[in-house]
Amino acid sequence: MSDQLKMAQQFIEALPHARALGLQLTDIGKGCATIAMPYSEALIGDPETGVIHGGAVSAMMDTCCGAAVMSHPSSPGATATIGLRIDYMRAATPGQTVTTTATCYHVTRNVAFVRAVTMDEDPDRPVATASGSFTVESR
Amino acid sequence: MARPRPEPIQVVKQRRDAALNALVEAVPYIGFLGITFDRRGDELTAVMNYDEKLIGNPLLPALHGGATAAFLEVTAIITLGWSQIWPQIESGALDLTTGKLPRLPKTIDMSVDYLRSGLPRDAYARAKISRSGRRYASVHVLAWQDHHDKIFAQATGHFLMPQPRTAGLAE
Repeated sequence: MSDQLKMAQQFIEALPHARALGLQLTDIGKGCATIAMPYSEALIGDPETGVIHGGAVSAMMDTCCGAAVMSHPSSPGATATIGLRIDYMRAATPGQTVTTTATCYHVTRNVAFVRAVTMDEDPDRPVATASGSFTVESR
Repeated sequence: MARPRPEPIQVVKQRRDAALNALVEAVPYIGFLGITFDRRGDELTAVMNYDEKLIGNPLLPALHGGATAAFLEVTAIITLGWSQIWPQIESGALDLTTGKLPRLPKTIDMSVDYLRSGLPRDAYARAKISRSGRRYASVHVLAWQDHHDKIFAQATGHFLMPQPRTAGLAE
């Protein structure tokens, strides 16, 4: 495991809400981040089917997008979400881990632009996609 | 022509509160975030009761943007679901305490606007249903903390309304 991944993992674990969701950072670097969220009954949004709540997916995507911004070579450090749009394609299959991959594809002096996709264990059908803008804090 | 005698207030309140509680308590994730609902007549105010696990940035500290987004989404879905069952609660046709719950709307998309950082304290939100059709609904949600005028986040979302289980046969 690289030092950067180890450091980023410790950073995610220091965020109380990320810890509460059980988020695991599995890859990070050069404006890209991947975060996994194992299935948990606390996250259920539809009690009849056991499908996790869209809000949990939103929270995970927001975290992953933020991590992608911070790992971008031209981003000096901290960031905050300005706006985030999420589209839900389908319900995540109950019992499966969901994984978000975010890419920070452009950074200006003040704003970073990010897109993300969330999958469950079926690699062909996305669960949700997101696009967002984030602040770039000055050095 | 005498109108029927109105029901005692306790009976009406008890029925409405029982229906709301049944709707909210059925969803584990709402309990996970510590969200409760205040009701005045049919108007709902969602409260995200502060807890350390809602923090995203421990240095400021500030609420996690994801927790805020989830709070707005929960508020929209419950307000929509509530508005759908309200006529049946009033007529007494729906008894949620028996464990048979109506399906809740599904999120199609949500666009969240972060206006200021969320402080480490309780947050409130109300949803306005801009349009609710047979299949789709559009909802706008505002969230604030200490001052109602100082909105800290807002969202617009589209939702797929639950279809009657017999849909298709009736077409």
